[in-house]
Amino acid sequence: MSDKSSSNAYWAANLRIIGISLAVWFFCSFGLGIILRPALEGIKVGGADLGFWFAQNGSIYVFLVLIFVYAWRMNKLDLEHGVEE
Amino acid sequence: MDQFTLNLIFVGATFALYIGIAIWARAGTTAEFYAAGQGVNPVLNGMATGADWMSAASFISMAGIIAFGGYETSAYLMGWTGGYVLLALLLAPYLRKFGKFTVPEFIGDRFYSGGARLLAVICLIVISVTYVIGQMRGVGVTFGRFLEISTDQGLYIGAAIVFAYAVFGGMKGITYTQVAQYVVLIIAYTIPAIFISLQLTGVFLPQLGLIGTHTASGVEFLTKLDQVVTELGFKAYTGETANMLNMFLFTMSLMIGTAGLPHVIIRFFTVPKVSDARLSAGWALVFIALLYTVAPAVGSMARLNLTTTMWPNAVAGNALDGEAITRAEIDNNPDLSWIRTWEKTGLLVMEDKNGDGMIQYYNDKSDAMNAIAAERGWTGNEVTKIDNDIMVLANPEIAALPGWVIALVAAGALAAALSTAAGLLLAISSAISHDLIKGSINPAISEKGELLAARISMGFAIVVATYLGLNPPGFAAQVVALAFGLAAATIFPVLMMGIFSKRINKEGAIAGMLVGLIFTAVYIFTYKGWFFIPGTNMLPDTAANYVFGISPLSIGAVGAVLNFAAAFIVSGMTKEPPQHVQELVESIRIPRGAGAATGH
Repeated sequence: MSDKSSSNAYWAANLRIIGISLAVWFFCSFGLGIILRPALEGIKVGGADLGFWFAQNGSIYVFLVLIFVYAWRMNKLDLEHGVEE
Repeated sequence: MDQFTLNLIFVGATFALYIGIAIWARAGTTAEFYAAGQGVNPVLNGMATGADWMSAASFISMAGIIAFGGYETSAYLMGWTGGYVLLALLLAPYLRKFGKFTVPEFIGDRFYSGGARLLAVICLIVISVTYVIGQMRGVGVTFGRFLEISTDQGLYIGAAIVFAYAVFGGMKGITYTQVAQYVVLIIAYTIPAIFISLQLTGVFLPQLGLIGTHTASGVEFLTKLDQVVTELGFKAYTGETANMLNMFLFTMSLMIGTAGLPHVIIRFFTVPKVSDARLSAGWALVFIALLYTVAPAVGSMARLNLTTTMWPNAVAGNALDGEAITRAEIDNNPDLSWIRTWEKTGLLVMEDKNGDGMIQYYNDKSDAMNAIAAERGWTGNEVTKIDNDIMVLANPEIAALPGWVIALVAAGALAAALSTAAGLLLAISSAISHDLIKGSINPAISEKGELLAARISMGFAIVVATYLGLNPPGFAAQVVALAFGLAAATIFPVLMMGIFSKRINKEGAIAGMLVGLIFTAVYIFTYKGWFFIPGTNMLPDTAANYVFGISPLSIGAVGAVLNFAAAFIVSGMTKEPPQHVQELVESIRIPRGAGAATGH
């Protein structure tokens, strides 16, 4: 907080990470699972079509990876900017 | 040993465990009562969040809804998990840094307004009370079935148990009880699923069984399921949704609703550090995903099992090439005793309409199917009622699993309902004792006095919840979904704007919450009846009457957009927040300096 420009840079980097993560979040669930499903009908994951699989299982796996990657990136960012606890 | 005794032993043993933990983890201070002393390990907190989160609706109803709804109901799966991404990224770390006990307290401080805090308390109570009704129904249904007592008596027992451990333990007791409840419920959910997956597809993991091959017919499992249900005139299981916009908005409502549910948010106040709050959301999703990735397998496999039970020829060939099951077989075959037990509860109803001694199960709303039916002398679908809720509870019996598995499922269902009820009751009681009594009525109250007030309001909340459980306004999962609409349209936007915008002021936040609350509630009540009182709805609750086909369950996402819009417009026209509030926003954005509880 003492160094205003560093704290602004920290926040900007944080927003960038959030933005990228949210894009992935949206793409795997709303994108592949709902909007693009009719277009992807021919692609199969085992006995299911890709969109159906993402809607029922796949997007959940992506969400999981996403949160842990985010937590790891943020911890690194905290250290870089010296704002860790 | 008979089934009833087994049920008693399993349910009794788990209850003794919960009470034991509650005595061990008694809360002595308000910090322990509201936030478990902020010393909970993130992995344990994730587990407790999982139990807190997975309610009677998740455990009992969700797989049944998926079983009969197919692809379209994926909205529940994505919505109820995707919200954790939003929690981890947008809310949890910042609210933990803020370091207070309740959601209305953050809103009151950030928007420097007792009015905003009060409005948040109202929203919180409406959401939590709506939600708790579903849990109480879940408790009643499960007790009624497994302990062979009436639903009402079951409810009284459940309420007494929650009273015992929530009133004395507060958040601390609830947290450690929920860890135990998570273990019970996940084992209870997974064991029958594994056996059913092995029976139908030969694959151990249900997640892989879902996309595997149906052993008896040699075709892909989902293809087989589609073929069987469409042959009987039902919608294809993996078929497209009729209204993509509605499915999109429903998924979005459930996601932002999840992220805005007060009883979930307050779980992130219990971890020691900001980085733990981020990690804890990830662990919560790990434990939730263990159930949520299994649920679609449970739903689809239960649907196939049910259908092929009614049409024995469908197992290896075409259903209609053979005859339907006979009434005599249902009454005498020991493997089908599950049908008889569920008929007794009234959740499964069969009626031999044409008197041919067989039970023909088909979709009598399909014209093509009715033509076939007329030819064969059928006079309507003879399985007149299948309650969604029985799909999970009957699963172990359908798969002929041993009695102890059935008893375990009973204990798991009760764990799911009770853990969520306790979390909700804590959110309600802390809003009353901390935000209403200490926050506005009597700020000078002593710590001891506040702790007593918290316990009394918890007791009061349990009485109200029990009353509403006895007179439930509707179907468990749907009532729960309505709570989501309100959480999505009120709490989530105001929290997010409070963190990510320094410009949103008191007037904007209040306007946003009011617009979100009123719009969403009015849209829901228009179709569901005012305060869910039957007969008071202004339009029939069918898709043809919805605006753009958006169901009342999906309207929360629209309410949220209106909330954001109203807040930005009103804030733009009024003066910006005072300097100390802007500094508060700066400070919650940075992890360093998050101390212990600063709730006083």
